[in-house]
Amino acid sequence: MLIIDCPYCGKRPEIEFSYGGQAHIARPVQPADYDDEQWTGFLYMRSNERGMRAERWRHVRGCGRFFNALRDTTTDQFHGSYKVGEPRP
Amino acid sequence: MLESNDWLRELPPATRLILQGAPDAFTAAARAWSPGFSATACRATGSGGRNSLWLGPDEYLLMAPANADYSDLQAALHDVPHSLVDVSHRQVGLEVSGAHCAERLSGGCPLDLDLSRFPIGMCTRTVLAKADVVLWRTRSDAFHLEVWRSFVDYTTQLLLEIARC
Amino acid sequence: MSAFRTQTGGRIDRTRKVHFTFDGKTYEGLQGDTLASALLANGVHLLGRSFKYHRPRGILAAGSEEPNALVAVRRDEARYTPNLRATQVEIYDGLQAQSQNRWPSLRWDVGRINDLLSRFFPAGFYYKTFMWPKSAWKSLYEPVIRRAAGIGKSPTLPDPDRYAQRYAHCEVLIVGAGPAGIAAALQAAKTDARVIFCDEQSEMGGSLLSESAVSIDGLSAADWVAQSLVALARNPRVTLLPRTTAFGYFPHNLIGLNERVTEHLAQLPEHCARERLWQVRAGTVLLATGAIERPLVFAGNDRPGVMLAAAARTYLNRYGVRTGSRAVLVTANDAAYQAALDLGAAGVSIAAIVDVRKNPGGELHAAAHRAGIEIFAAGTVLGTRGSLRISGVQIGQVDGSGAVHFKRSIACDLLLMSGGHTPSVHLFSQSRGTLSWNEALESFLPGTPAENQRSIGACRGVYALSAVLEDGAAAIAPQRFTVTATVTSPSGWLGALPRPVDSHGAKAFVDWQHDVTVKDIQLATREGFHSIEHIKRFTTTGMATDQGKTSNLNALAIASDRLQKPIPEIGLTTFRMPFTPTTFGSFAGLSRGDLFDPVRRTPVHPWAAQRGAVFEDVSLWKRARYFPVGDEDMHAAVNRECVAVRSGCGIFDASTLGKIEIVGPDAATFLNRLYVNNWSTLAVGRSRYGILLRDDGFIYDDGVIARTATDRFHVTTTTGGAARVLGMMEDYRQTEWTDLKVWLTSTTEQWSVIAVQGPNSRRVLEGLVTGVDLSAAAMPHMSVARGAIGGVPVLLFRVSFTGELGFEVNVPSTHGQAVWEQIFAAGQAHGITPYGTEAMHVLRAEKGYIIVGQDTDGTVTPDDAGLSWAIGKAKPDFVGKRSLQRPSMQAPERKQLVGLINVGSNVPLNEGAQVVETRAQAVPMTMIGHVTSSYYSAVLGKPIALALIAGGRARMGQRLYIPMPGGELEVQVTAPVFYDLEGARIHA
Repeated sequence: MLIIDCPYCGKRPEIEFSYGGQAHIARPVQPADYDDEQWTGFLYMRSNERGMRAERWRHVRGCGRFFNALRDTTTDQFHGSYKVGEPRP
Repeated sequence: MLESNDWLRELPPATRLILQGAPDAFTAAARAWSPGFSATACRATGSGGRNSLWLGPDEYLLMAPANADYSDLQAALHDVPHSLVDVSHRQVGLEVSGAHCAERLSGGCPLDLDLSRFPIGMCTRTVLAKADVVLWRTRSDAFHLEVWRSFVDYTTQLLLEIARC
Repeated sequence: MSAFRTQTGGRIDRTRKVHFTFDGKTYEGLQGDTLASALLANGVHLLGRSFKYHRPRGILAAGSEEPNALVAVRRDEARYTPNLRATQVEIYDGLQAQSQNRWPSLRWDVGRINDLLSRFFPAGFYYKTFMWPKSAWKSLYEPVIRRAAGIGKSPTLPDPDRYAQRYAHCEVLIVGAGPAGIAAALQAAKTDARVIFCDEQSEMGGSLLSESAVSIDGLSAADWVAQSLVALARNPRVTLLPRTTAFGYFPHNLIGLNERVTEHLAQLPEHCARERLWQVRAGTVLLATGAIERPLVFAGNDRPGVMLAAAARTYLNRYGVRTGSRAVLVTANDAAYQAALDLGAAGVSIAAIVDVRKNPGGELHAAAHRAGIEIFAAGTVLGTRGSLRISGVQIGQVDGSGAVHFKRSIACDLLLMSGGHTPSVHLFSQSRGTLSWNEALESFLPGTPAENQRSIGACRGVYALSAVLEDGAAAIAPQRFTVTATVTSPSGWLGALPRPVDSHGAKAFVDWQHDVTVKDIQLATREGFHSIEHIKRFTTTGMATDQGKTSNLNALAIASDRLQKPIPEIGLTTFRMPFTPTTFGSFAGLSRGDLFDPVRRTPVHPWAAQRGAVFEDVSLWKRARYFPVGDEDMHAAVNRECVAVRSGCGIFDASTLGKIEIVGPDAATFLNRLYVNNWSTLAVGRSRYGILLRDDGFIYDDGVIARTATDRFHVTTTTGGAARVLGMMEDYRQTEWTDLKVWLTSTTEQWSVIAVQGPNSRRVLEGLVTGVDLSAAAMPHMSVARGAIGGVPVLLFRVSFTGELGFEVNVPSTHGQAVWEQIFAAGQAHGITPYGTEAMHVLRAEKGYIIVGQDTDGTVTPDDAGLSWAIGKAKPDFVGKRSLQRPSMQAPERKQLVGLINVGSNVPLNEGAQVVETRAQAVPMTMIGHVTSSYYSAVLGKPIALALIAGGRARMGQRLYIPMPGGELEVQVTAPVFYDLEGARIHA
């Protein structure tokens, strides 16, 4: 069980969180402007990094906030977390 | 429902409100809600039988005695975007107290409940085994739990079983 | 006193005799004995039969590394625990132990034929032999192999014991209470840190408990341990956990501990948990897990009476047991001489010491000489004799040219061996720390840790007692110790002992527990397996429950020798949790029976239960499925309930529906962006059926949404969808549309929802509800109003999931049952009938109302479900809109929701049954869809069904076929509405 640093509540056990997949994929403001291929890319195409990955978490059994965190997928060590809207450090 | 014991009890009915909004909503609300709102995460403030529990950066649980009139609060918030929802009946308060209270809760709660890490006045949503709860330390030897109504049976039976073994 | 018990010494309580049975025979032991030490005290060395060859096996070790002496302990029919290591079982009065893997008896075992036939069972034999025919696997090979090769049996009754769990937090966790662990704990206790200190044994002290002649700071080893433990026990910040195994090391310094609370007690205390699983989150972990003495690999090294030298010393010094009368020691280091010296002093005749080193020396060697013990340098063991116990050993010697010659046969009933020590790096390895090979110590040692952690003492190759103590203390703060102990030089032997080139046939065991021999590993390398990971899987070495504690390094060395590659290049297999087998009960903890999952009940539940309702599980909820009257079965009850709703009035508990209050000036905009419908046009006091898609365009949830104020919506979701819909909404609110001033609150449990449905429903409520005009004109279908029933404020929806005139009364939950009872009483004059989820399903299916998750499966669009009418066509965007415009989402051959009625039969279709176009197709048939809902409709007097069928709406009137177990049924495609096609009743 990992320890995850919630930007609001601090370090808390993984059981309080839900995982939200790859971070920094914004929903298009005008989906109608996307052609089918671009839209498919937004919907389904995700990276699967070996190493540092920016990913979404939600402190669902805590403050309820979504946030982003950097995790090394080879070691499970976190390298910082940051609020929604903030750039990847 | 509860076996007779001296450490676990169901608390009397209460008025419960969930207040959400931007900071200006809480500034406005504080004029009518005496405990104000803790700026520090995971802390409760209380006065005159009213309490505000920080649940999230824009979400507080407000508690007062049952059937409390909160029209003054509604009035204070009238011109500010916010959400005030009555959840008095959504959940039930439980109190776990006594010398073993933290130890018993640790049978299902993964947080560090040592007084130095979870001091009096700290409050947070967390888990108790398979139930979600709001956990609020009211004394060095007492925790107030807010549990959704349909999880109360599970939560109390779990705590009684933890205490038995 | 037993024949092999010494007169004095040891840590057993000689005043407290303990009686126990082994294979039905009663023995006497002493308080403090393990099952192994007590049996040895009675001269019993034969404890089990081996896994594959059914060879007689005894006791190899004295601790948790024991691979052989596996026994079952039985308290009663349900409390039967197989595969316990006799070396870890503490005896108590009345303990019943049984040997395993033998039939009909331990001494006379039919399975030993496997040993004689062993040339037919080389490594990997089952991969090769039992390939064909495939059908024989299930009926023949697997059952026979299981009976022949299984270890232990499972208990036949449910486990009656309790298992507790505890989360714990500390600044320092110390695993292992030997000298390094105790020294570290003493230092940690001087700080303000919270310390958890655990050890798998019944007593803390580790190797010091077996020491006869050392002193620490002027105290004997035993006194130093006792004094240290008293000091630690007095410290309120220190938690001492004996009988507690650190079985797993998980990320971010989470350590799993298994504490055995009652296992050693003759009388089980009432209510007390048998075991406690600790999940410890530690700031720093200190691993003081020690080292395990390595066996030597030679022919016949598995006979009962062949034992690790340090184990024999432990049995003597800690338990007061002589493990034989006449012993031979074979060793590769001088530390093991101490065992011979101690046993000799206790009256065991030491026949010889065989030292594999060419020039043995040192203090203990000299002492052995002085004691008159014959010592063979450059020695080796060529074989052993004996059937159920060793009776002799053949000694060889290696000459200058490296050739091995037979030297002498020596009679003995005990053969001690020591191949040096293997540091216990299991937990370190589990924590993903990298191991590095130390050539001087011929050991893998902890290298770079991956966590905040430190290995101390023998587990990192520090062996001299003073160094071990100082290493342990230094993990917290340096400390000097004054130690008197014999200094020995660490050396050892890896792999097979020297033997003549022509020595075939005899088995030299590497892995005792899985019966892997030197030849098996050599065979693996001959067959082309060069990585230790492959050799391990082919031979199964190190794969048994002991995780190769005694065997891994020897197996590596044999492979290394064979492949002519250094050990680090062959690699080391991953150590896996658990360190020793851990009970399932411990992992399950309290999550059993009534506490397996929360059981959610609505406020109306007690009323329904009293009424005799039959409940069904819907997510975590218990929902009333039907209310049988008299001896009605479900079919009869549901028919009656359906007819009552259509002809009079029914009352239904809909409290489990998810409810979300959406509030804020941008609430309507938020809903516009999420749901397919247009919400801007919804007036206050009105409601609308909403459909929620994911961005992939498929239906995710549905429900009625009411506008209770300009800036406030009351959203309902499906019962199972409540949490995930709120989660999805929060995701969009917090991460995509942060510009919107809107907030969400779950109100699922704030409200009890009482559905009153049927032509009489208005009449039932009219006399009850105050403050609301219920007339059709004032309160039309899909309107919402606030009123009261008996003084309780209610939120009243005119809404229908039955197709009848109907209302849903939202009541603050505390008053749910009371208001229900009032409505039920008032409804008596109008034939009010409680109905359950089954009738609800039938009623909605008669109207073709879908249930998300039953009639949809995550691949159904609104158009597929016939719900295009709900989409707000003018809206520029909503979640899923763009996906609906993809060509494949508009293809005419998509599966569409239609109705099916039987042709020429009255048998309801099976839900999930496939639909085909023509009769009697060859298998595999071309499936064009499937039945999603199917019921018998009492009102219509016939079965009805909903189905998703390719191009379904173009097939109206077409005949299709449903292959079912009893034969094909013919059906006709209809619109998915069966009752009140004009929809007039709902507006009554």
